[in-house]
Amino acid sequence: MTGRLRFMRSFSGAVGVTIVVFVVAVAIFGRYFAPHDPNVPVTVPLAPPSSHYWLGTDFLGRDVFSRLLYGGRSVITLAALATGLGYLIGMSVGLIAGFSRSRIDPVLMRSVDVMLAFPPLLFLLVLISGAGTGVEVLVIGVAVIQAPGISRIVRTATLEVSVRGYVEAAIARGERSFAVIVREVLPNIMAPVLVDSGLRFTYSILIIASVNFLGLGLQPPASDWALMISDNRQYIAIQAWAVLAPAAMIALLTIGINLTGDAIARSLGRSYVPKTARSAVI
Amino acid sequence: MSDAPAPVVQVEGLSLGLTTGDPVVEDVSFTVGAGQILGLVGESGSGKTTTALALLGYTRRGVELRGGSVSISGQPILGQGISNLRNLRGKVVSYVPQDPGGALNPSLRVGDAVMDVLRAHRAGAASLESVKASLERVELGADPRLPRRYPHQLSGGQQQRVTIAMACVCDPPVAVLDEPTTGLDVITQDRILAELARLRDDDGMAMVYVSHDLAVVAKMADRIVVMYAGRVVESGPADEVIERPRHPYTRALVSAIPDFRRPRALRGIPGVSVGVGEWPSGCAFVPRCRYAIDRCSEALPELSAATPDHSVRCIRWQELASEGAEPGDGRAAATAVEAEDEALLQVDHLEVEYRNGRRRNTVVHDVSFAIESGRCVALVGESGSGKTTIGRCLAGLHPPSAGRIVFDGSELAAFARNRPLAARRRIQIVFQNPFESLNPRHKVSSSIERPLRVLRGLSQGEARTEVGELLDRAKLPRRVGDRFPIELSGGERQRVAIARALAAKPDLLICDEVTSALDVSVQAAVLELLSELQRDLRLSMLFITHNLGVVACVADTVLVMDRGSLRESGTVAQVLNAPADEYTRRLLSAAPCLPDGAYS
Repeated sequence: MTGRLRFMRSFSGAVGVTIVVFVVAVAIFGRYFAPHDPNVPVTVPLAPPSSHYWLGTDFLGRDVFSRLLYGGRSVITLAALATGLGYLIGMSVGLIAGFSRSRIDPVLMRSVDVMLAFPPLLFLLVLISGAGTGVEVLVIGVAVIQAPGISRIVRTATLEVSVRGYVEAAIARGERSFAVIVREVLPNIMAPVLVDSGLRFTYSILIIASVNFLGLGLQPPASDWALMISDNRQYIAIQAWAVLAPAAMIALLTIGINLTGDAIARSLGRSYVPKTARSAVI
Repeated sequence: MSDAPAPVVQVEGLSLGLTTGDPVVEDVSFTVGAGQILGLVGESGSGKTTTALALLGYTRRGVELRGGSVSISGQPILGQGISNLRNLRGKVVSYVPQDPGGALNPSLRVGDAVMDVLRAHRAGAASLESVKASLERVELGADPRLPRRYPHQLSGGQQQRVTIAMACVCDPPVAVLDEPTTGLDVITQDRILAELARLRDDDGMAMVYVSHDLAVVAKMADRIVVMYAGRVVESGPADEVIERPRHPYTRALVSAIPDFRRPRALRGIPGVSVGVGEWPSGCAFVPRCRYAIDRCSEALPELSAATPDHSVRCIRWQELASEGAEPGDGRAAATAVEAEDEALLQVDHLEVEYRNGRRRNTVVHDVSFAIESGRCVALVGESGSGKTTIGRCLAGLHPPSAGRIVFDGSELAAFARNRPLAARRRIQIVFQNPFESLNPRHKVSSSIERPLRVLRGLSQGEARTEVGELLDRAKLPRRVGDRFPIELSGGERQRVAIARALAAKPDLLICDEVTSALDVSVQAAVLELLSELQRDLRLSMLFITHNLGVVACVADTVLVMDRGSLRESGTVAQVLNAPADEYTRRLLSAAPCLPDGAYS
């Protein structure tokens, strides 16, 4: 596996992975270290940071640091689920459209264009007003928003790979399309897909955070980074930490994921080349 | 020589290396006089392009200058600042790149591309008239709308002419040409070479012509410098180097050139060219040299003068000179198996079209032929003649629009997936581009295993043993199985692709331009392998190519195609010696060959 982890050796890969691991660890395990109950007021509202309350308190007097340690799990889990579901739908559509070279392609792609025409947030708001607020609605909604873009990228990459000799050799062997796609096409479109997946994941986080911020996703008093920003935004002049701390966590995660995706993409395709072979190619 | 014109290019002790330490080019010296062409010959990785780029004061990323000097028209090139260099490039020394499709900016009209060069150096003379004049010099003046076209609207030959026009528009005394005709058809190549010769004769331009193909260089060059592993191994006047090659490497290169006038068994150079960073302390050619003795690997041989004008870097050249030329033995296929009468494959009135929306474009028109069991049929034509399309139809990758393909008595379905397993197994195809024909994410062994499992139903264990045998057959070391394609050279990859095709135990092997992306020396080795396999396994082959020299080396019968139709067919001897069709004659006259002296 050393070959596959080569991306860690680059600066951006190492930094990116460190940041992601840190933020995810805080989101998952942070709650066991929380000094206070996140949902109970502990002192006066909007208290500044002190030795007891490291990041001060929010507008109801709850400990910001404790809420920060609790608030990551929901947004990261929802974003991961939504992005994963989006990839399942989007990659299937993109691979079929790109590989088929038949009438399915334009039919699928025009449907995708229609989907892309909806403003994402508006689509989600309509969906929530119809189906009600709920975690499932949020995940499915974000997945449906993500899928068209994913399918476009996957299709373009697939079109390019499908004319290569190794794909044609498999077709000439009479292999089933599914086998050709999984064995020959899929591994060779992973570079663009991986880079894109980092961006998509952060975009999912932002959409979910926006919906939570608008009060249509998770409901108070749940501790969630996006909700924390939304709840405390009016008081930013008095107690900035209640807004800045969760915002910084979301920003950190976004940066970390993008650095990692970038490093992986750059190492793909070179990762198997030993030094001697690489110089012989010149 | 006293009558030699004063040199315009003077390269002295040029050395370049990777910034990480390994040398790439070591101690290269040569001169070129006005109106002369110097051929710089070598395999991929020999440092010939690195040397050529240094003439423009350019080093690729990761490469740095180590020493030596380059001067052109008396002006030193190396050590100049970037703004001085920019001023010299295009005006004093210009460059014609290998791949014009990649070198021309796709979003710039070709007239503007030529104009840019003028603006950079002769702002006063930059006018549409001078652009047209420069395009006329390369025979692109006929179409007045041509300067308004984009590169993708031109053919490969026209694109290359535009790059030559760009290189000549400011009348530089020197042009560096990096494989300017590789990837072009023989007829187009012939015309480009004629134009270059005219530029040399009319304008007295000196040229450095970089190529791996000695036959082309022999046609153009006055002097030849042969490079191997970053060093000059032989240099001298062109006719002398070709006719009396002194270095074993040059000899091997000469005997690797296929020539339709002299069909003979080609001898490839065994092994792989030494990579950067792997240079041995002695002569770098030792591992591949037939004449190597222990003393060869002890120390690097010096360049010694065979004649005052002809130098060679080999300690045994004097002994070898008496041994005579590399034996160019009779044609291997002369011993070819007797044809069996019944046809293995019969193609009847094949028509193929490509559809683009409503538009239909017929690329193959009423083509009929047969391949008898155990025979090799060559399908020859320029690019766009439809020859590759026919191969794809036979492999079940493209549906014919009319006509029948009958294989061993039964008609074949249009698409491979509708054909019975036996037919899919018995017809195999090897593709043109070795860099795209293997899945970069699978190990070599896994690529070869796949047909064993899918087409022959072997178990994993059985398949694994057979992969080893197939690698032996393709003359690859067994450890290659654990490699990924990116670790292999072009020739090695093509051997893997052949092994993958053989894995199915085919009766008919379709070879689609399998050697056109390879160096001449590697091509010879691959052709050698294919002839041997054909003989040993009694394979029938459809050999698709644009190179008539190759045809003479492998095929029994020839089909000549032009714009989708069959122009001529017959045995190799008939078609190549007494061509009946005008088009065939043109193809033959354009094919580059070595001068007769090379065979004495």
